[in-house]
This record gives sequence, C-alpha cells and structure tokens, in this order.
Amino acid sequence: MIETRNLTKEFNGLVAVDHISFSVKRGEIFGLLGPNGAGKTTTIRMLATLTRPTAGTATVGDYDIVKDDNEVRKLIGLVSEKIIMYDRLTAKENLWFFGRLYNIQKEVLNTRIDELLELVQLGKWKDVQVGTFSSGMRQRMNVIRALLNMPEVLLLDEPTLGLDPQSTVEVREFIKKINRENKMTIILTTHMMIEADLLCDRIGIIDHGKIAALDTSPHLKRRVSGADTTIFEFEIANLTTNMVSSIQSLECVGSASRDNATRIRVHAHGNNAFDIIIDTIRAEKGKINSVKNLEPTLEDVFLHITGHDVRDNADQKIPMKGHRRFMPRRRVR
Amino acid sequence: MGIRGLISQSLMVTWKDLMELFRNKMGLIMLVLMPIFMMSMVGFIYPSDTSISDVSIALVNDDEGHAGYPSASAMLVAALEQMSTDTGMMTITNASSFDEVRDMIQSGEIDGGIVISSNFTSSLIVGKQGIVTIVTDESNPQMSMSLQFALKEVFEQIGTWVAEQNVQLLSPTTINATNSLAIVKPYSVRTEGSVPGELSYFDFMAPGLMAMTVMMSVMTGLPAAISHEREVGTLDGMMVAPINRLTIILGKTLAQTARGLLQGTLILTLAVVLFGVTIHGSILLIFALLLLGVFSFVGLGVVITSFAKDQETAMMVMMTLMFPMMFLSGVFFPIQQMPWYMQDISRALPLTYAATALRKVMVLGANIGMITTELAVLIGFGAVMTTIAVPVFKRAMTK
Ligand SMILES: Nc1ncnc2c1ncn2[C@@H]1O[C@H](COP(=O)(O)OP(=O)(O)O)[C@@H](O)[C@H]1O
Ligand SMILES: [Mg+2]
Repeated sequence: MIETRNLTKEFNGLVAVDHISFSVKRGEIFGLLGPNGAGKTTTIRMLATLTRPTAGTATVGDYDIVKDDNEVRKLIGLVSEKIIMYDRLTAKENLWFFGRLYNIQKEVLNTRIDELLELVQLGKWKDVQVGTFSSGMRQRMNVIRALLNMPEVLLLDEPTLGLDPQSTVEVREFIKKINRENKMTIILTTHMMIEADLLCDRIGIIDHGKIAALDTSPHLKRRVSGADTTIFEFEIANLTTNMVSSIQSLECVGSASRDNATRIRVHAHGNNAFDIIIDTIRAEKGKINSVKNLEPTLEDVFLHITGHDVRDNADQKIPMKGHRRFMPRRRVR
Repeated sequence: MGIRGLISQSLMVTWKDLMELFRNKMGLIMLVLMPIFMMSMVGFIYPSDTSISDVSIALVNDDEGHAGYPSASAMLVAALEQMSTDTGMMTITNASSFDEVRDMIQSGEIDGGIVISSNFTSSLIVGKQGIVTIVTDESNPQMSMSLQFALKEVFEQIGTWVAEQNVQLLSPTTINATNSLAIVKPYSVRTEGSVPGELSYFDFMAPGLMAMTVMMSVMTGLPAAISHEREVGTLDGMMVAPINRLTIILGKTLAQTARGLLQGTLILTLAVVLFGVTIHGSILLIFALLLLGVFSFVGLGVVITSFAKDQETAMMVMMTLMFPMMFLSGVFFPIQQMPWYMQDISRALPLTYAATALRKVMVLGANIGMITTELAVLIGFGAVMTTIAVPVFKRAMTK
C-alpha cells in the first residue's frame, strides 16, 4: 500500500531523513519508533504530500507522492502532531469545513459527522466550540477529522503525545478498532516503546534519520537475546555513581543505565558476565538486595541497536555522570 | 472539479475565516475602534490655522519713545491686547529683555515672544521702519511656523492701518477713507475651492485612510492569517485536502477583503456622520475603487506570505513596508509638501494612486473618466504582482 525508496529530506544541509526504504502492507499498522528529532514527523509529512523529498521516491496506493500528489491526498487522512481544529468553530463546523474541502455531498457529510462524533463519544458536544475542549477531546476530534474522507491510509504522528493516561488508552483503543473494522492501513509514529509494542504489527526503529531495524516486535526482541545479550536488573542498596561507571567500563557489559537511586539495568554479553559483574559490585562494597534476569523490552532493543538510550534525546533528562552515550555498535543483521 | 470546485471551496475558506473573525470579540472591537482611533488622532493632531489658541506670549517693550511725540509702541501694544482678548488666540505677559524671553522659552513657560526695538517710535518719526522681533520656540517647528504666520498677519494689519492714517494725513482733502486703503494695499486676495462648502482636513484624509485600511487589510491580513495557520498547524489540514492550492489564498483574500470593506465603510460612515465630510462622487465608484485597491495589493501580500516562514517575520516585513507607505502615499500629508525625491518614491507606490483616485471621487466628485491614470496604474500593478505571486506561492507551499 505504501512504499518508500531511499526517501530523503535535507533542511539546509541537515539530513532529517536519510535514505529511508520500507513498505507497508494493506491493513497493517506500521510503527515508526524513534526519539525526538529522529525524522518521524518529516517522514510522515513527505508521505502526506506536505513536504517534498530532497531525494528518493514514495508511493501511496501506487500514486507517486510528488507527481500524483492530489491522488495521494484523496487516499490519506492525516493526524498531525499539532491539533488541526479551529478553536472558535464548533465541533460540527470544524468537521463540516474540512469535509467540504473533500467535496463530500452535504447529506452524506451530515450523517458522517454525526457518526464520527458518536464514535468518539462527542455527540453531545457537537455545537460547542472546540476551544473549550479538554486535550483528550481535542485529540479525538483531531483523529476523526482525518477520517472524514474515509481514507484508505491513516497517517498518525505521535497520536497520544501529551494526553492523560486515560485518554491515551482511549485513543489507542480507537486506533486498533478502526484498523480492525475498516481494514485501514495505518502508519503511526511514536517515541513511546509501549505504544509501538501495543499497536504495531511491524516496527521500524528510526534514529538520526535512518531506519536502524525493521521487524515485528517479538522478532526485534529476539535480536537482543539472540545476540547473546542478557539483561539484568540489580537492586543495590548503596548504589554509587562510581559503581555504575565501574560496571559500565567492564568488557562484558554492553551498556548499563541507572533507573533510579538503587536500581541499575545492565546489558551483558557472554557466559561468565554475571559473575564478573557481581565481583565488581562486591569489590566496591555494594549490598545487592536482588537480581532479576529480564525479558528484553523494545527499550532494550533500541539501546541494543542504536547504542544509545531512547530517552537521551527524548526528554530533557540529565544523563548520569560517566554515562557512555554511544557504545560501540553491535549491530546484528 | 475545476473552476466550480475552486470557487465553492474558496468560499468555504472565506466562511471559516469570517466565522473565526466574528466570534473573536476582542478582534471585532479592535476592528471597529481602529478606524475611529486613527481618524480622531490624526484629525485632531494635524495642525490647521484655527488650531492656534491660548498661546502664551511674552512682550518686551524696549521702546524709548521720542521726546515730544506720543509713543508708537503703546498703540501697537494696545492693538495686540485688543486682539488677544477678542480672539483668545494668545495671552500676553510682560518681560524685561530679549534674554529673559529666551530663558522663558527654554523653560517652557511661554511659546514665543515679541520684542519691540528701543528706537521703534523714533524710527517712525524720522520716516524709517519700526522694527519688531518675533521670537519663536524652534524646538516646536509647527508652533513656530503658525505663530510666525499669525503674528506677521497681525503686524501687517496694524502696519496697514498706520499707513492708511499716514496717507490720509498727507492729503486729507482728496483722499477719503476708502481709497486710502486702495493706495496702501492695492490687491486683495480671496481663495475659493472648486467645490462648494468649507473643506476640513478630514475631507482630505478620509479617502486616503479608507484606501489605506482596505488595502493594508489585505496586504497584512493575508500573510498574518496564513502564517498564523501555518504556526498552529491548521494550514496542514487544508494542504492535505485534495484542493487546488489557490483555494487557500483565494478564500482568505475574500475574507480579508470583506474585513477591509467593513472597516472602509465604517470610516466612510464616521467621516460623514462625526466629522462632517461630504461625499461628492458616486458611492458605487468608491467601492469599486476600494476593490481595485485590494486587487492591486493581493499579489504583494501573497509574495510576503510565501517568503515569511513564521508570523513574526511576516509581521516584521509588513511593518517595514507599511510605515513608509502610510506616510509616503499622501494619506496623511499631501505629496506636494514632500521633497522631490520623496515624491518620486511616492509615485512608485500603488497606495498613492488609490488614495488620489478616491480623493478625486469623494472630494471633487470626479467620474471614471477623470481617474483613468490611477485606474491603469492600479490594474497594471495588480496584474503584475498576481502573475508573480501565483507560482511563487505554489512553490512555497510544498517545501
Ligand atoms: N522545517 C524544518 N526546517 C529545518 N529543520 C527541520 C524542519 N523540520 C524538521 N527539522 C529537523 O529535522 C530533524 C527531524 O525532525 P522531525 O522529523 O520533526 O523529528 P521527529 O518527528 O522524529 O521528532 C530535526 O533535527 C529537526 O530539527
Ligand atoms: Mg515529531
């Protein structure tokens, strides 16, 4: 349904999207997972015909995104990062305005608006100005706006960004539902590992404008364990930064990140890695409360593949002292 | 879809923009207040010859007189005082010397001074001219000018009167009172406008202000509206729909035109109702001219929109373009008052032609045939700018 070949976008020398190639099957939910600035929005905007690629091509339903841009537009619905709603118009007026831009017959549009509003439980807010809505309600409006033309392809850019937990769950459920019931093809971007894990059939991990890995979630996770990497979580009562950096500098440790005051998460390679780490902690007089051997999460996959934590650029979280941001890459193909 | 789709979708955009406008209470209030504010401000600040009143003047009478003759300066002072009580134009205080007058002007106590020279009477007696010096506050050129003008007029009148007396004394038998004036001042000049009634500054300003408001609302409103939508993200909602790219500017231009015409009508009404402006030409022609003004400015607005990435830049570009236009297009001050190089710049601005044409129609009652030059320039400018703007906009929209 969607295919990109070496899709590239440069902004004055900065390569935001770097020769991306992937294809999305009809009816699939495809996730682009990556930290802030990875190039997710730029990719979506190119597919939505809002930005011209610098190089490479892409097709949506066999239409070229540059040459047949208007045909592509008829096929897609876009839920962008920013809410596409006019605050001073009511819910109905907003949908009416955008619906008419798609030349939808007035009677058809009227019933469709009512249906869509009911679908996201906003029926009784129909004649209220969107400016007064909560962020959850606004995002639901934002999603149904993209469904007005009954698109075959839905592009969702960070659909749950900034939502409260309950709205997040609702929006995710809704995305699943429209995919299931309408066989809609969906591309979704997110920087949240859980979201990609929960929603996507396949996930493309995107970092610095490149797709670093592309597979289903279980397969991606298997890459970590298959690559002879074990994930341990140590609970150490008197954990110090010194201890963290000693562990990090070990040969058998791929990466170690401190989760909180007493917990450290370690990617270790090799059979005797566990003993070596325990010895190191003991040597620093660390009191180990507990050790867990964890199943890899997508977070571990990201760390394993890109060599850095997804949160490094995602939030403004201050990295730990001595934290090695870029580990030597061990990429498994 | 073609042309019908383009039009009906553009109208949707217009409808949406106007809905937003009319639901924005603060914006509406500004929309109404702005012209009122502009007109009152400019109208009352602009100096006219009647605007001099209650000016404080210091009088220094250094005249030493001439033994055996009555003091000539006393007569002058009496005449001045008589005039100030009659007209309320000025209040006169006494001062001792030129230096004191200067100090008083510097401290802001007075607006100007009159110094009668020490040999005033004796000069007159021996048949020379009596000298009176007018001291003005040069930090306030407008006041200085008006004061000079008014006082010169006063002295001229007094001088004429004195001369008249003298002529009569020369030959009291042959010359009677009426033709002694004709001897001293053989010409009397009167002015009369080409249209009846007394014109005020508002008659001059209202047409220009209308032209400016309407055209500016397109030139500034269009970039402001589009860059605002770009920033909040709603522009993507329109761009992602399968519509002609021109739909957006067409629809928005219509909305801005409606807004501009609303303001223009408001100015017209205010000018007539509050400021006593009389319209001599056809109302229909006035609105046609305003629309033509809009057309001539749309292209420029679109070009600015295309180049300005965010609202702030758009605003800055518009401000830099707007201020020179406002002052150089003869909206507030006649072009003829400007130095020649400014007049040349003025002739390159479309607003100048719109303002001139509108003024001709409103004040002088001109018909279409009398404003062909202005019409040609406006149509030409609009056509050229639109031709440039359309491809530029199309390219800028999908970067
Ligand atoms: N219009 C633009 N002009 C210049 N740089 C841009 C523009 N849009 C995005 N970028 C840059 O491109 C990179 C990728 O941005 P983006 O696609 O928004 O990432 P993401 O959505 O994954 O957070 C970032 O470094 C960003 O600063
Ligand atoms: Mg983004």
